Amino acid sequence: MSTDQDYILSVSGLTKTFSGVKALDNVRLNLRKGEVHALMGENGAGKSTFMKVLIGLLTPDSGEIIFKGEDLKTGNVNDILKKGISMIHQEILAVPELTVAQNIFLGRETSSRLFGWLNDRQQIKQAGDLLEQMGLTIQPTTPMKYLSVAEMQMVEIAKAISNEASVIIMDEPTSALSDKEVATLFRIIGDLTQKGVAIIYISHKMDEIFTIADTITVLRDGKYIVTKPASELDTTQLIALMVGREINTLFPENTSPKGDEVLSVKNFSQSGKFTNINFAVHAGEVLGLAGLMGAGRTEIARAIFGLDGFNDGAIYVRGEKVRIQSPADAIRQGIGYVSEDRKALGFIPRLSVKDNITLSSLRGFFTQPKQETETALSLMADLRIKANGPDQAVTYLSGGNQQKVVIGKVLLAKPAVVILDEPTRGIDIGAKAEIYKLINQLTADGIAVILISSELPEILGLSDRILVLSQGRQTAMLSRSDATQETIMRYAMPAN
Amino acid sequence: MKNGFITTFSQTGQSYKTHIRGIGKYGLLLAFFVICLALSLITPKFLTVQNLMIIVTQVSINALLAFGVTFVIIAGGIDLSIGSMVAVTGVVAASFAHPDTYPVAVPIGMGLLAGLLFGAFNGFVVTRSKVPPFIVTLGTMTIGRGLALIISKGRPVSNLSDSFNFLGGGKILGIPTLIIILIVLFIGCSILLKRTVLGRYIYAVGGNEQAAKASGIQLNKVKMVVYTLCGGLAALAGILLTSRITTGQPNAGTGFELDAIAAAIIGGTSTSGGTGTMTGTLIGALLIGVISNGLDLLNVTSYYQQVVMGVIIIGAVVLDSMNQTNKG
Repeated sequence: MSTDQDYILSVSGLTKTFSGVKALDNVRLNLRKGEVHALMGENGAGKSTFMKVLIGLLTPDSGEIIFKGEDLKTGNVNDILKKGISMIHQEILAVPELTVAQNIFLGRETSSRLFGWLNDRQQIKQAGDLLEQMGLTIQPTTPMKYLSVAEMQMVEIAKAISNEASVIIMDEPTSALSDKEVATLFRIIGDLTQKGVAIIYISHKMDEIFTIADTITVLRDGKYIVTKPASELDTTQLIALMVGREINTLFPENTSPKGDEVLSVKNFSQSGKFTNINFAVHAGEVLGLAGLMGAGRTEIARAIFGLDGFNDGAIYVRGEKVRIQSPADAIRQGIGYVSEDRKALGFIPRLSVKDNITLSSLRGFFTQPKQETETALSLMADLRIKANGPDQAVTYLSGGNQQKVVIGKVLLAKPAVVILDEPTRGIDIGAKAEIYKLINQLTADGIAVILISSELPEILGLSDRILVLSQGRQTAMLSRSDATQETIMRYAMPAN
Repeated sequence: MKNGFITTFSQTGQSYKTHIRGIGKYGLLLAFFVICLALSLITPKFLTVQNLMIIVTQVSINALLAFGVTFVIIAGGIDLSIGSMVAVTGVVAASFAHPDTYPVAVPIGMGLLAGLLFGAFNGFVVTRSKVPPFIVTLGTMTIGRGLALIISKGRPVSNLSDSFNFLGGGKILGIPTLIIILIVLFIGCSILLKRTVLGRYIYAVGGNEQAAKASGIQLNKVKMVVYTLCGGLAALAGILLTSRITTGQPNAGTGFELDAIAAAIIGGTSTSGGTGTMTGTLIGALLIGVISNGLDLLNVTSYYQQVVMGVIIIGAVVLDSMNQTNKG
């Protein structure tokens, strides 16, 4: 057993609850000086929440974080940054108009003693030295917006180094990098660890993990599963650890007969997001779209629904090619979409349950208050929406009930096909079960369902067929009987 | 480059604004009556038929403009050009209103047409460009003022027919026409906002534009209608003002947009869109009218009046946000 003193960062018993749901449940992590420690888990395993706690964006409910032998006070971003924990974000948080040097010293500008004027020359020199040490050819006076994504990432790392960070968290750092750039990154990581900096490395790319990581910690459903030296694991074992849970019996069986093709896309492409997607979904069928974050699932759904355009291919409704340029067109063609981003795209917060539910189905010039109230009441009963009444503003409802209002709105427009994008994200288990039951009811009514979910048990439990996407390309179409969590994960992992 | 990390995080921690806004309609109404009572006790001149008529005239012009801008603000926009539209539509109407030229329907029609076109132009630019409505209408405010001077050649357009002057200055069964028009339009605008599909869409677009779009609402159509409607109401105000002062003044309506927006805001319309009522706006306009009239009667100079009005506007919004914090 190693003692606490071997660890630069030691986390134990970390718990964080969001409205009753445990996002982190008794999580621990021990990080040695100079090691690359991979943090692995499916989407929703709690990695992001964990890192947000570490850098002070979130305050945990309970738990202990010992950093360099001292209790780390949580919840203060600037304080934690000063103490030496830095994060390289998946999406870079640089100020595009400022120069490289200005970005590196952002918030810690060196100023002359007189009047507190900024000392630009000194900053530029320091930044130049630092970039040179890293073996980079980036000019410190270049505005950030002229750099490539890879270069920006290097600048972010330079910023962390100049901050004298002893722990650097990297969240999917290679997602936008070419092989050559990845090699540069790995070289810099090597230099850093030589100097005793510890790296927490998050990535879905298996090859990378086994190339660079010394130690691997696996999280699943917000719980700590295991920590092992990377040399003691292989890809199959690691995937099994990440997904290995029993499929629960939440999911009712879909026995509805499958009918004619309702919606299909052919050669469907949007530059930079997805390429050559082909699938069809039939009446009474649930087609699951599986894939990791950034695989292009939501982008495909948004393009079908007319929220975004597409460059190539076509959408067919009942075999006929249709023109969809706005959600209004899509709704007219019988397509319904329940967005993953309920607050941004789902409902109008200050309008009532009734007004939200009927919003896609209003006809004529005058509203029909009596009829609308009746419709709302009957849908509220069907979907078991808990509200004070049809006139309560949706903003006051719980997440699960808000989601049901959005689903109610989509269903009231009488769609032939419904796209459900992460329909159970952030809602409690009871409401989840009701939504699963509802999906079954929809197929029984002959509606085609496209289900996007990052929760593999959900995809496996509900779908008749599963389309697996990876980095914007479809990699497999699996039937329910062929699909397992392991096969889906294998096809979903980027080929690197 | 989005800073997705931070945005997502702050969205989850975001607290929502409450549904009921402002000190409430009843609070406003109470304030209105308290001020009326106080003024009638302080000065005997307040509660005279003549004085009330002056108030009503001032209020009705402002209220018409405020109704129009209320639609726009609820839909999440703003219109600063309404004061200039008053001038443009006024001189256009006056140009067709000389005695023994056209029947009175012509100046009314031409004035209205000018306002509708002006409003539609605002809507067109707002929907087709990504320029914020504040900037667009700041521009058209200046354009409008220029147009009014061009059309009138910089001179007041006077010598108008009696039938035209009757519109804003006459009485029907002893009731000033302005009051009748105000009541009719108040009812019309209230119905449009509360009882029609379009009204529902206006709230939806201002409440959450992206969700409204995803619900199948055509944002551009709604915005076009709203700005055009605002132009139409500004035209009515312009025509009535011209008729009332029996002259088309190219400099009329300067600063009117601020009073109209103030009436809407005091009446509980949120500048961030999605909430507001015509009743609130009407009370807001009445309140502004009574206060400025009271200050006149008390011989407070117009310099001080502006200070008082500014304090009231900020006060109304502060009370409003305090109310929200208490509830949230």
